[in-house]
Amino acid sequence: MTAPSPAASTPQFKADRLSARHVFAFLRKGGIIVLLAAMLFGFSLAQPAFSNLVNQMSILQSVSVVAILGTAVTLTLAVGGFDLSIGATAASSVMAAAYAMIVWQFNVWLTVPFVVGFGIAVGLFNGFLIVKVRVPDLLATLATMFLLSGLQLIPSAGRSISAGLILPDGSKAAGAFDPRFLEIGRSGLFGFLPLPVVLMALIAVLIYVLTEHTRFGRLLFATGGNELAARLSGAPTNRLRLTAYALSGALASIGGVIIAARVGRGDVSTGGSLMMDAVAAALIGFAVLDKRRPNVLGAVIGAIFVGVLLNGLTMLNTPYYTQDFVKGVVLVGALSLTYGLTRPGR
Amino acid sequence: MGLLAVEQLVKHFGATKALDKASLRLQAGEIVALMGANGAGKSTLVNILAGALAADGGTITFRGEAFKPANPADAVRAGVVTVHQSTDRIGSAGLTVADALLMPRYAEGSTSFFLTRRSVRQKAAAVLAAADFDLPLDSDFGDLRAADRQLVAIARAVAAKASLLILDEPTASLSSVEAQRLYAVLRRLRARGMTILYISHRIADLAALADRAVVMRGGVVVDEFTTPIDFRAAVSAMIGRPLPSHEAIERDFHGDAVLSVQGLQLVPGAPAIDFDVKRGEVVAVTGALGAGKSRLLATLFGINSPVAGAVQVDGKPYHPRNPAEAIAAGVAYAGEDRHRTSLLPAGWPGSSVAGTISLPHLAKWFPGGLLFGDREAEEARGAIGRLGIRTSGPDAGIETLSGGNQQKTVLARWQAGDFRLLLLDEPFQGVDVGARADIIAAIRASTHGATLIATSDPEEAIEVADRIFAIDRHGLIPWKAPDAVSALATYTPNEANIR
Repeated sequence: MTAPSPAASTPQFKADRLSARHVFAFLRKGGIIVLLAAMLFGFSLAQPAFSNLVNQMSILQSVSVVAILGTAVTLTLAVGGFDLSIGATAASSVMAAAYAMIVWQFNVWLTVPFVVGFGIAVGLFNGFLIVKVRVPDLLATLATMFLLSGLQLIPSAGRSISAGLILPDGSKAAGAFDPRFLEIGRSGLFGFLPLPVVLMALIAVLIYVLTEHTRFGRLLFATGGNELAARLSGAPTNRLRLTAYALSGALASIGGVIIAARVGRGDVSTGGSLMMDAVAAALIGFAVLDKRRPNVLGAVIGAIFVGVLLNGLTMLNTPYYTQDFVKGVVLVGALSLTYGLTRPGR
Repeated sequence: MGLLAVEQLVKHFGATKALDKASLRLQAGEIVALMGANGAGKSTLVNILAGALAADGGTITFRGEAFKPANPADAVRAGVVTVHQSTDRIGSAGLTVADALLMPRYAEGSTSFFLTRRSVRQKAAAVLAAADFDLPLDSDFGDLRAADRQLVAIARAVAAKASLLILDEPTASLSSVEAQRLYAVLRRLRARGMTILYISHRIADLAALADRAVVMRGGVVVDEFTTPIDFRAAVSAMIGRPLPSHEAIERDFHGDAVLSVQGLQLVPGAPAIDFDVKRGEVVAVTGALGAGKSRLLATLFGINSPVAGAVQVDGKPYHPRNPAEAIAAGVAYAGEDRHRTSLLPAGWPGSSVAGTISLPHLAKWFPGGLLFGDREAEEARGAIGRLGIRTSGPDAGIETLSGGNQQKTVLARWQAGDFRLLLLDEPFQGVDVGARADIIAAIRASTHGATLIATSDPEEAIEVADRIFAIDRHGLIPWKAPDAVSALATYTPNEANIR
């Protein structure tokens, strides 16, 4: 840039900077939401089929598990941790659900509590490693992730679990998926609202209120923000962290239940990208409304954002193999929005 | 001509004037003590000289030329080297002492790219020899004691051909033997013509070293003393009023003891501690870093467990196993370094003024568990009025407040509950003089409970307390000096301070 005469340029320059700051402030506050609206509008124009209700619901249904897992990641981020085992927990919950119904012949009323109990147990195990054994969060949950990915293969000797499974001892499993269980993933309310979407909304509202408007949530964030300060204020920080991981495990297993009900079998290859997608949703959530911290609303909007983008691009015939690249671009953009753009007072 | 001339230096931080036309002159080859209470502007001045901050106004002339370092490396190149109080910034564990000595050379790229053990050792030995020190070159830097780390920093200053060495509270963590060794080093450097600007609260240090003492208060240099330095007058200039005699601040307390400590042993082998704090009384414990004052408070709050001894609060046995139990028993604690021990990061739930105050009281104020209603904001508004906290309101982020107002908010947190005993560790850290007066007034105004304060600054202890104890090697010594200043002057750091 050349240097124009200072007398003429100074006021102009100042005004530019001022408006640039306002633009940045606006971008930070509402950038993701504006972009989401723009995308919805753009895709509808380009491909009319995009905007019909069935497609909209299918987007929401496809993001429901990631959104629920993103909420779970948000909970552990709030206590200053990070649950990397979230995808593996969901995937092994799928196997657990299938095994329970096909081998043990559980019905839906036994299977769901069993699977959620399994998720809570995984969360408590994570919490135990982190709080009692004092393994750093990332490492502990990474270890659990490997543990679960391996463990889920053992009962069925590495095979996917569906009706008629041959057990390691040679006998044939007698059970089948309970049709009422399958309804969790396949039915809907009022004929158009898929049950997974309802579950996602319920969980989002519940965890939103829990984190933002309760004493418990405040203490979770206090623990994550400054554990020493929280402890010196009398907060039971170890118990809070343990609870956050247990809740995270429970939510992950609910995600697993939804997947199992939708797929109808215990697929060994379930959930390859679940963890990455959930973490991405939670991190994109930092940028939503410029919170710059974990927040449930942001994580859900982040998941929907990615879902809308991928669905729209697919409808515009973008090849499937560009999906991860697109997610990466969104994440880089959101994180730059969160951390990069000049903030006042810096 | 002098070596350094600072003229009318101004620095603002938001609304606070950290430096308000401060002027200072240094000659070559002298040791000048820079004195001042917390918030007097010492650190700001030092940070500007070190290139870590830019001044808003005024001029600095160094060796006859205008001096405006853009960053610390710039200042070092010009010949101004600053050794900060926390010596862990000089190197890191895993590096050898030789590496730590050569770090600036690595950074500027004046060593060869491939390093051999021998060449590193040789160069490091040369650095040490130039400064005339002896240090174990092959030891891990992380294993060095604070005193030796300081020598590393000073040797680096000599190697950088510094003509002005600034030391920020260099003896704060040294034993008296180590302090004596440091004095000898500094005298030797002075004899070679190096100028040393020496910041210390410890009058014993200043008496042993300084050719001149410069006193700052409220962002200006208010007075100057030459040897023999009249420390009583210097301390008066520092706190801005005549030193109160001990009798003048002693109030009479004959109520029941709120806190009663018998035979408390903080660490194995330490002497037993016995003392009472009565209702409405403010007791201060002062001593060097590591002498045990923070440990005493932490033990009374259930963070550390004592080796032996009995503690009573209001006559009832009190043996908290953790902070939650201490709080339940009516004991409150604000730790030193509020950012580390009390405050939440900016933007997090509960990081507003109201949230900062309410953190320990959430269960009481919101028994249903849902955080709806005005209780938090009401309590905060009350505290803002009572303590004169300068903020835009209860919802303002704590990070938008000045240090003094943040500290007031932390005090308000604990005054919001009905606590019997308030433990305050370094409550005046990074607090300007005005806010300090407000905090002292607020502490002394509370009459329903007792207050125990730990401070490494004897002047602060004199200002705030009814009764003062000195602490040394985890043992208490009553501070019954008839003249506070003589006690200050005879107060020396001790060998056990390191541990």
